[in-house]
Amino acid sequence: MNDGASQAAEEHDVIVVGAGPAGLSAAIALREEGITRVCVLDRESEAGGNPRHCAHPPFGMREYNRVLTGPTYARRMVAQARQVGIDIRVNHSVARIGEGGVLHVVHPEGVQQMRADRVILATGARETPRAARLVSGLRPLGVLTTGALQNMVNLNNLIPFRAPVIVGSELVSFSAVLTCRHAGIQPRMMIEEAPRITAWAASRALPGILGIPVLTGCRLERIVGDTQVEAVVLRLANGVEQQVACDGVLFTGQFTPEAALARMGHLALCLETGGPLIDQHGRCSDPSYFATGNMLRPVETAGWCFDEGRRIGKAVARDLSGGLPDTSDAIAVTVEPPIKYAVPQRILPGMKNRPLEKLQLRVLEVTHGELRVEQGGALLWHRRGHFLPERRILIPLAALQMTGTSPLTVTLRPG
Amino acid sequence: MRDDTHFDLAIIGGGVVGCAIARQLTLDGARVILLEKGHDILSGASKANSAILHTGYDAPQDSLELSCIQAGYAEYMEIHKRLNLPLLKTGAFVVAWNSQEQSRLDGIVAQAHRNGVTDVTLLTDEALRAAVPGLSDTAVAGVQVPGEHVIDPWSAPLAYLLQAMANGAQVRLGAEVTDGILHNGTWTLDTSRGAVRARCVINAAGLFGDIVEARLLDRHDFEIRPTKGQFVVLDKAARRHLSSIILPVPSAETKGIVLCPTIFGNVLVGPTAEPQTDRTRATVEGDTLLNLRERAAQIMPVMAEMPVTACYAGLRPATEQKAYRIKLHGDRNWISVGGIRSTGLSAALGIARHVAGLHAEMGDRLVPIPDPVWPQVPNLAEHRPRDWQNPGHGKMLCHCELVTQREVEAALVGPLPAGTLGGLKRRTRATMGRCQGFYCTGKLAALLQGHLQEPMDKGMVKR
Repeated sequence: MNDGASQAAEEHDVIVVGAGPAGLSAAIALREEGITRVCVLDRESEAGGNPRHCAHPPFGMREYNRVLTGPTYARRMVAQARQVGIDIRVNHSVARIGEGGVLHVVHPEGVQQMRADRVILATGARETPRAARLVSGLRPLGVLTTGALQNMVNLNNLIPFRAPVIVGSELVSFSAVLTCRHAGIQPRMMIEEAPRITAWAASRALPGILGIPVLTGCRLERIVGDTQVEAVVLRLANGVEQQVACDGVLFTGQFTPEAALARMGHLALCLETGGPLIDQHGRCSDPSYFATGNMLRPVETAGWCFDEGRRIGKAVARDLSGGLPDTSDAIAVTVEPPIKYAVPQRILPGMKNRPLEKLQLRVLEVTHGELRVEQGGALLWHRRGHFLPERRILIPLAALQMTGTSPLTVTLRPG
Repeated sequence: MRDDTHFDLAIIGGGVVGCAIARQLTLDGARVILLEKGHDILSGASKANSAILHTGYDAPQDSLELSCIQAGYAEYMEIHKRLNLPLLKTGAFVVAWNSQEQSRLDGIVAQAHRNGVTDVTLLTDEALRAAVPGLSDTAVAGVQVPGEHVIDPWSAPLAYLLQAMANGAQVRLGAEVTDGILHNGTWTLDTSRGAVRARCVINAAGLFGDIVEARLLDRHDFEIRPTKGQFVVLDKAARRHLSSIILPVPSAETKGIVLCPTIFGNVLVGPTAEPQTDRTRATVEGDTLLNLRERAAQIMPVMAEMPVTACYAGLRPATEQKAYRIKLHGDRNWISVGGIRSTGLSAALGIARHVAGLHAEMGDRLVPIPDPVWPQVPNLAEHRPRDWQNPGHGKMLCHCELVTQREVEAALVGPLPAGTLGGLKRRTRATMGRCQGFYCTGKLAALLQGHLQEPMDKGMVKR
């Protein structure tokens, strides 16, 4: 295979893969820390990441102290990065990563090998499509994810359907509703398999979500339609099957890290998050690689990712000057259901400087009970509470007095 | 001046078999037209299969199926490079999971040897484990079939038909044959896109073969009984763990669930074998897909960690018998090519040769094209150079499958442009990767405007 291996690799101090909020803010932080050769690669034709097609507020409250739409926020971030001299290259796809920061890059002029002392992966997250949800039925046109819808509507001015059924009730599902309304699409209904709306606050902010019925405890049984979607069959909360005519199905949420580079490459992967395994500096199993943003875990807000990117950017700058210890005595963090994941998955004990100050958790289902962090049978931290899916749960790392190298176990006992 | 209404041969059906027959008889010197009712070729059974090029080691002894598979295999080996078609030698392992299955392995080896596939050998559990790292330790023993390959199931028939067209064959899409009459040794076929006259008709209508015969011959000597097969495609990360095809010991009813590398770099698990009456609708069923996933993990435990990339279902045109139903009706200038259930991709080129032989029995003398054109199809196989590696590809359209804008644009022009989104996917792999269109649907929909029978969009945004 011609990987451009015959040419000498182009060298940088740091290459950031992905020009979304996390990647751009990591790059800006690196420049602030005095790192000169910082290059950001993005495979899209325009930098800015997913906010580019979320044509609605609220973005930028944490970063710019004002309420912006996604595209405005994206443009502002990109301008800020360019202003501090960051080399952003669009239409640059990383086909493969190799040990020691070697990247096989594809761009319209061909393939090229690039190398950096440190690489920051910030490739974001995407929604789980129909196939991976193992949904039954025929496979007609008109079945999309929110990302695909927003891409079509906001970047290409096309609409894929006029009366879809929306599956899911996460924050992004309400973003989808706004996109639909904006484009003159009238969703038939929103359905949620769980007994309650996942993004409850968002649903309150959009009274009656603009007249669209929301059915909770409702399962999508199958999709009907030969070439175009004609209907869906639902299983209602009371167990009754009902066919609903519609011309599209919009699968929203169930985010998964876009971590193909890590998965296909040599980096250790966390099965629970689907992203690379990191320590509290965002460092991967190959210490030349760091990761930040939503590729670490599904899924956080753009504001969170921007903040996290900055922290990881600073950690990488410190690492370049020899400031980070090696990872050999890292303590593993393990979880069990109903906890979905914990990030970071490795903690270097005894470090005052913690770019990621908190252990980030999510739960799989609504659980009332006691959250416990233990090490070798000793209780390090606990908290009783009511824990909801897709809500941020944070445990301060400073509160965990770790000893030795035995793993931390995080549990949530109902009751 | 070429006569666009009168042909030596009309082939009904643009599946892999029809495409291969069109190629063979065109090269043999016949004036050929292929009629396909879909808006693109490969719209029926040929759109979904396991993409294996079989040796025929397990085909029925002395059967027409066996000879077609083996002739097809040999011809694919001979011609694939000239058409730029990929070929990947993976070999296959038939794995016994219990002592009862193990007791049938000797018979499988014996049959392979009788079929002339002499490199097939029995493996102890130790040898099997050494040959297939990562295989579940519940495997008892196995049979190695070194000669099995994987190929591109869509580029191959496309290349066959493109070669036919480059050498004079015509193709009419969206042309369903509704009626026909044989008069003075010439068929006049009524299609939804006008009449076509041909001396001989070849029925390669797959799932509709018996219906076509009932319409035109007023009889049919086989009956299509569609068999649905569901498949799950696992993420490309799975591919590094699997280098060979893993087959079960077949039962009387089915060849069973196969774990198979694809030429595109994925891992495929399937197919199921589910009889049904509907000839067009192949649904996927969540429970079955889940079972397939679990089956993959039972065969090779690491597969449990692999995300699902795609799910699909196809229909195989089985009949009330297992054998191929290929027959010359000399009195009616008609050749039936029916019941090509599951080995059509492997056998197509062999079937085409066999059909050419039957056609010769009709007494029409053909003069082979002296110096035929060999068009090259774009390569989509992961192990060979792809378009993205060459400069000037525009930009990357589909990131997951590394499909370039240039590739998509090329698939929309030429003698046989993509007529449906499915056809475009089969020609380019756009949207067939792990994100299933999350990132590229917008760009693709914009690029495809005005090109497809069933557009991806329902119009412009009204603000």
